[in-house]
Amino acid sequence: MSKTILEIEGLRKTYGSLEVLKGIDCAVHEGEVIAIIGSSGSGKTTLLRCINMLEDFEGGTIRLDGEEIGYHAEGSMRRRKSEKDIARQRALTGMAFQQFNLFPHMTAEANVMLGLLKVKRLPKDEARAIALKWLDRVGLGDRAGHFPGQLSGGQQQRVAIARAIAMNPRLMLFDEVTSALDPELVGEVLQVIKGLAADGMTMLLVTHEMRFAYEVASRVIFMNQGVIGEDGNPREMFVAPKTERLADFLKTSSFN
Amino acid sequence: MGYTLNFAVVWRNFDRLLEGLALSLGLAVISILIGAAIGLAVAFALISKYRAASWPATAYVTLIRNLPILVLVLFAYFALPQMGVRLDKVESFVAVLAIYSGAYLAEVFRAGLLSIPKGLTEAGLAIGLTPIQIRTTIIAPLMLRNVLPSMSSTIISLFKDTSLAAAIAVPELTFQARKINVESFRVIETWIVASALYVATCALIAALMRRIERRLALPR
Ligand SMILES: Nc1ncnc2c1ncn2[C@@H]1O[C@H](COP(=O)(O)OP(=O)(O)O)[C@@H](O)[C@H]1O
Ligand SMILES: [Mg+2]
Repeated sequence: MSKTILEIEGLRKTYGSLEVLKGIDCAVHEGEVIAIIGSSGSGKTTLLRCINMLEDFEGGTIRLDGEEIGYHAEGSMRRRKSEKDIARQRALTGMAFQQFNLFPHMTAEANVMLGLLKVKRLPKDEARAIALKWLDRVGLGDRAGHFPGQLSGGQQQRVAIARAIAMNPRLMLFDEVTSALDPELVGEVLQVIKGLAADGMTMLLVTHEMRFAYEVASRVIFMNQGVIGEDGNPREMFVAPKTERLADFLKTSSFN
Repeated sequence: MGYTLNFAVVWRNFDRLLEGLALSLGLAVISILIGAAIGLAVAFALISKYRAASWPATAYVTLIRNLPILVLVLFAYFALPQMGVRLDKVESFVAVLAIYSGAYLAEVFRAGLLSIPKGLTEAGLAIGLTPIQIRTTIIAPLMLRNVLPSMSSTIISLFKDTSLAAAIAVPELTFQARKINVESFRVIETWIVASALYVATCALIAALMRRIERRLALPR
């Protein structure tokens, strides 16, 4: 097995009195493309958000390349890291959101350049070259000067992916990146993700596109009520689910 | 009515009115610039999840917005020296108008901040920006665009409030008009011309703000 990138142990997260993640254990290896499936409310988004500290969490540890994310031990106490350290750690994982979240007052190019300039502190021309390279890669080389409001949803999502990937993250997180798109725009975004997977990018991919998960993922994690219900390779899981929960879930999912 | 209009005296003293107007504008610009800086910091404090920040900010805004500005002007000029703070009349007026505009602009900015989707902050965090970098490069520029229309009317109000400096003999437009009025007894003419200058200036400010708004509008 190749090198472990991400190690999650006993991850617990609550919102008030609602326990959303009830002890997640999981290791992600270099080059794995993991589809995370499961019904709405099962904790998929929360899991991704904990991995890059968009949410604080109460229990367990997450390690990226061996370094604990978000917290450190101080004696027997567990302390949140400084905002600056957390920012540095967040830059190691890229994230693409359902709602694209492009900065509307910046061109596509400026959106991609921002992190390169402010976080990586690259010189402007170097940052621009990287931005253009990735915009090209997602098929938007000719839209670099366009503002988000001038782009279709599919194009915006591709810029958002370029923005994340340009930071050269160790791990990419995708949270239902095609759910807000009109059906005819889904394909172009999935195509981009397929390309990244083929390049060997390690990724966790929350998706409702079961066919896509089946085709692209090297491994599937089924989330069920805050725990990992099943974890395995897509062929076995989709064809012969071990649990009734997964079988039921697959029955109600569409495979188009 | 035995009163015939005669603007001759007013025109002869027109340069004094213009000087007064220039001072009014100067007072407004400096105060609003300082006030905008205060307002921006206070607006972020108002929406902060930390009570140590939001509580004093709320107290400041509530206090200032419930005090007549004339009371503040008189207090700063007459009462502060008794407490050992010595400012000349222009300084004390600018300080008051800055603090006053800070409170009103904080409210305007706060509303602008609340309308910015949380997802943008999260996207900024996700690429590794610090919260401060997110405020300066993403939130503040977007908030400014959101609030330009309502800022226009706030700025016009604050410009008109400079007339209260006349109460402490700062030689701005209203003070100059009152002087000319007293010297010449051309009551109606003086105040018509002074009013016209205020109205024209406000119209100019509004036009300027609309221009800025158009210039900053996001292409779509
Ligand atoms: N900010 C929040 N405050 C309170 N509850 C939340 C919040 N975010 C998510 N939840 C709850 O946590 C559970 C898991 O949500 P989520 O991780 O978004 O699920 P999924 O992405 O699998 O649909 C849901 O019950 C949801 O209502
Ligand atoms: Mg979700």
